[in-house]
Amino acid sequence: MTCQDYKNLMMAYIDGELEAEAKKTFEEHLQSCKECSDEFKEFKQLKQHTDEIKFTEPEERIWEQYWQNVYNRTERATGWILFSIASILLLAYGGFKAIEAIIRDPSVGLILKAALLILIAGAAVLFVSVLRERIYFWKNDRYKDVRR
Amino acid sequence: MNGTDNQILQARSSAAMFETCVMKYMKDSYRIALGFCGNHQDALELSQEAFLKAYRSIRHLQNNDKFFPWFYQILRNLCFDYMRKKKTQAAQPLDEITSEKLMQNNFDPEAIAERNETKEIIWKAIGQLDEKHREIIILRHFLNQSYEQIAKNLFCSKGTVMSRLYYGRRQLKEILSTMKGGH
Repeated sequence: MTCQDYKNLMMAYIDGELEAEAKKTFEEHLQSCKECSDEFKEFKQLKQHTDEIKFTEPEERIWEQYWQNVYNRTERATGWILFSIASILLLAYGGFKAIEAIIRDPSVGLILKAALLILIAGAAVLFVSVLRERIYFWKNDRYKDVRR
Repeated sequence: MNGTDNQILQARSSAAMFETCVMKYMKDSYRIALGFCGNHQDALELSQEAFLKAYRSIRHLQNNDKFFPWFYQILRNLCFDYMRKKKTQAAQPLDEITSEKLMQNNFDPEAIAERNETKEIIWKAIGQLDEKHREIIILRHFLNQSYEQIAKNLFCSKGTVMSRLYYGRRQLKEILSTMKGGH
């Protein structure tokens, strides 16, 4: 075994995760290797200091309200989804009706009508292009079926 | 995980059952987030956000016994995103960072109990670790998880846990010596 192997074992030794036999092997190595022995002392001290750090416990009311906060978030997220779907539908319907009214209105000039139609055609091309790209990437995403 | 998790998750769409799950893991979730972000408010926000995401995608969980490791992946990804947004000094090579800069991160000393100078310095130093090393320190020291539990949560071997702990603690030691060098 190299010193690097012993360094990984050093962590398990410090954390009390070593079996008796491996523990003995490690202790024997420490007696014969000054570098590992010095490093071991430093790591042991660091672990002790780090273990002493404990978090301040939040007030009890935080835990009492915790679930309610999570629940409120799930409820609001559902609300936002419904609101967004309805807004898109209403906007699409309103937009369609407005465009229809403009096209049928004889008082609106031909240039304005043509510009409006070109604008709609441009938006449609952009939409189809983005949608096609998304579908292509989704189909070729090697990780889409990865589940834990 | 245990039978309770199984029972909880059999009724996946039930808010009441999910509530039990949240109540069971909320403190661990908060502590993990606190270890990543270093302050109470953001930790609370991140941990709750993780539960919301978990609720939305619980259908993807195929093995009910693995609720916590699965949930942990959601939480850590949120915390990593948070860290990337906040990251400024950590991207610099260690020798270019002064001790003053190291002490100026958003790791709030008030997050730790029975404060003293040593604890505050170590806490600030943890705030300078990169995400993988900080993660292993959090799981080992603040959640007091065994190597086996850590390996399960990180989907890796015990050998990888040992190795990451070694490099994590070594990085922590280097940051601490840079900090002390400035005093």
